[in-house]
Amino acid sequence: MPSSFRNFFLLTHFMEDSTTLKQEKENQELVEAGQPWEEMVTASSQDPESGLSEPPEVEQGPEAGPQTRSSPPGIPQSGASTPVDDLTGPGASTPPSPPQEPSTSLSPLALARQDFMAPWQSNKTTSVISEAGTPPSDHLEQPSDKGESTSHQTCQSEGNTFQLSQQTKCHLYGPRDVSYNNSKEKELRFAISQEKDSNSNYDLDQPESGASEMAPNMLEIAIQNAKAYLLKASSKSGLNLYDHLSEMLTKVLDTRPENPVDIIENISQDVKMAHFSKKLDTLQNENEMLPTYEIAEKQKALFLQGNLEGADQELEDEITEHALPNVMESAFYFEQAGVGLGTDETYRIFLALKQLTDTHPIQKCRFWGKILGLEMNYIVAEVEFREGEDEEEVEEEDVPEERDNGDSEADEADEDELPRSFYKAPQAIPKEESRTGANKYVYFVCNEPGRPWVKLPAVTPAQIVIARKIKKFFTGRLDTPIVSYPPFPGNESNYLRAQIARISAGTHVSPLGFYHFGEEEGEEEEEIEGGRDSFEENPDFEGIQVTDLVESLSNWVHHVQHILPQGRCNWFNPIQKSEEEEEEEEEEDEEKEDEKGEEPDYAEQEVGPPLLTPISEDLEILALMLMAAD
Amino acid sequence: MDAESLLLSLELASGSGQGLSPDRRASLLTSLTLVKRDYRFDRVLFWGRILGLVADYYIAQGLSEDQLAPRKTLYRWRRRPEEMATQTSVVKGRFMGDPSHEYEHTEVQKVNEGEKVFEEEVVVQIKEETRLVSVIDQIDKAVAIVPRGALFKTPFGSINVNRTFEGLSLSEAKKLSSYFHFKEPVELKNKTLLEKADMDPSLDFMDSLEHDIPKGSWSIQMERGNALVVLRSLLWPGLTFYHTPRTKNYGYIYVGTGEKNIDLPFML
Repeated sequence: MPSSFRNFFLLTHFMEDSTTLKQEKENQELVEAGQPWEEMVTASSQDPESGLSEPPEVEQGPEAGPQTRSSPPGIPQSGASTPVDDLTGPGASTPPSPPQEPSTSLSPLALARQDFMAPWQSNKTTSVISEAGTPPSDHLEQPSDKGESTSHQTCQSEGNTFQLSQQTKCHLYGPRDVSYNNSKEKELRFAISQEKDSNSNYDLDQPESGASEMAPNMLEIAIQNAKAYLLKASSKSGLNLYDHLSEMLTKVLDTRPENPVDIIENISQDVKMAHFSKKLDTLQNENEMLPTYEIAEKQKALFLQGNLEGADQELEDEITEHALPNVMESAFYFEQAGVGLGTDETYRIFLALKQLTDTHPIQKCRFWGKILGLEMNYIVAEVEFREGEDEEEVEEEDVPEERDNGDSEADEADEDELPRSFYKAPQAIPKEESRTGANKYVYFVCNEPGRPWVKLPAVTPAQIVIARKIKKFFTGRLDTPIVSYPPFPGNESNYLRAQIARISAGTHVSPLGFYHFGEEEGEEEEEIEGGRDSFEENPDFEGIQVTDLVESLSNWVHHVQHILPQGRCNWFNPIQKSEEEEEEEEEEDEEKEDEKGEEPDYAEQEVGPPLLTPISEDLEILALMLMAAD
Repeated sequence: MDAESLLLSLELASGSGQGLSPDRRASLLTSLTLVKRDYRFDRVLFWGRILGLVADYYIAQGLSEDQLAPRKTLYRWRRRPEEMATQTSVVKGRFMGDPSHEYEHTEVQKVNEGEKVFEEEVVVQIKEETRLVSVIDQIDKAVAIVPRGALFKTPFGSINVNRTFEGLSLSEAKKLSSYFHFKEPVELKNKTLLEKADMDPSLDFMDSLEHDIPKGSWSIQMERGNALVVLRSLLWPGLTFYHTPRTKNYGYIYVGTGEKNIDLPFML
């Protein structure tokens, strides 16, 4: 707000040019008293004395400034009314001779007049109300109507214009000195709307600028009024301007920042904020810091648990070694590549993984990654349970099946009335058994290290198929429904699991030769159909040259099974189950007979690249290689 | 983010998963200081990293005294031309990593020849450099943000860093309205009078994030249990803004592929 700037500007000017201002004030007061302008000059000569006595106080503390000016605050508002009467006096007689005043005081004078203007109008209004019938009020009313405009008009003009209209304003301001005290109060609020055209004001005021007898005690009264106003408490915040200004200036003088004039508003705001925080200290702090403490507590538990387990670690050394990889070490390597979560967070994740392995019977555990969500993120751990210790949730699968049965029954009941639909929904492709294909690993997620781990349900082929078609953000809450088209069967936990499966299948690679197929006797025939789905670490792996790894992508192979378009890794033939359908289709469509096939194995078999295929065989999307070696 | 606090800032923004390797970090520190000296910038910001297929671009920006003045952007510390290429919005796909790579885009333009209007296929060649320029520009205009109070405007119109900025409070930090776009305001005039009355002209001279379209294109998260607030843009995935409440720390960094997420409305 430029007005606020001006206000502060005025204030500082008041501080610096207090003496000159006082001189002007005195001058104006004398004018107000009706004395000719020349007397103002004489009065001004007297003023330096009073002014001199005041500056020491002023310099001590800016707060003293207003005090000295508003010395006797005794007379209430009604006091202002009397000078109003004086305004009717011969104000026109005052010849404008501002040139006598030093030029430096012109601008402060002008500024002071701005202040005069604003309070003057307020005084005018009050006085108008109190003295309705008096002639001066008539004159007053006119300007009071335009008061806002006039005062603002005069206020608005800059230094130069002030000097130009100085003359006119001399007697304009003269009679208004009574309101000078209020002016200081108002100076901080006035001039929001600033308009030109001081001439009208001038004309109106001339008859009003009276030369009333203004004794010095009027000045004191005015000063007291000003101070009383400054001390008036705000109805909103309980503060008062006087205290606020004093605090602000104290702060400035204490801290002595550079260019305080540029940051004075911020200081003001800070002082105000300091008030509030004192009152609501305990409450605010409690509310705001609670979540921080909660998380810290939980993570402290993480740290503690690690220490407590220290004694048992030696006994279970073997198991723990296999179970938990060296997260910090792998994080180090990732960091070299520019991928990472920061040492802090990685360590916490490590501790959380440790907690996971301690609470669940886990054979192998790996930090899979972090998925960002809208409200919260997911930290994902890939886990392989020990043999025979799986925690299966079979109930989920039964429920949808029952629903399907119920629907079919309803259809049959309406058979007589409604046309029976011939549409038979394709049989839901059953999900793969755990430990195979897409469900080879079990995934746990948590929102933050320290929070409890949640096991994600196994993924069904239908979910993967639809997940391929939609693109949605994760919110961070596992039970959020996924609203999409085509409709996703499940909520966010299912979608998350499906995405994890797709990512794993598409991007988990290892150097060629690191894994190799285990030597299993007598199973080769069966494996041809579905492709080999197990592999072992190659103990003879010697590593490949880094340059080879970088240059050619054929040195990297997928070690996770590819997910077929069907949504599974191992082909499941839906036709296999119902022979009747097969016959019907063969009768209806002879053309497609070959496709449907006589043997289930060849019926629309979806073939995916077998395990351990080099990634150079990956399809090119958008004609760009997605796997870039850096 | 500021070059001076690069290390700390990178640590704070690392929650998004993309960071810098230690050797890159070290080299960045030194080269940013050199850039600041050579180009006489007042502040040097490490803008981020655009991932290309073959190589990545490291982008830095230099600011002069006036914070909102047009900034100079450097990639790999070579000054890039200040071109406004709106054509590059048609080029989709990843960046290659080679600034002189040329994209060929076939446009169907209507050419007026005499009285006939027929369509002609014009192959427009766009250099990757120009595309890089325009992408950085778009990202800056769309999602570069600063917290409220970090910059203030003097009555002369110049914009300066606020040295008394002590950070947002926790409750403020969670609101979108406490963050502003780091660019010339566009929507300030559309505010209602009531809102304008509450605004502080020295602080509220930029658009806030509240009215960004589409709604919800920002994700605000508190990390480390309210010790750090992270804003991530969903429109330009990869833009991360972090701020530690009650401190002066804040910054943003873009690490991503340089592609706008036009599927955003469907993803929300």
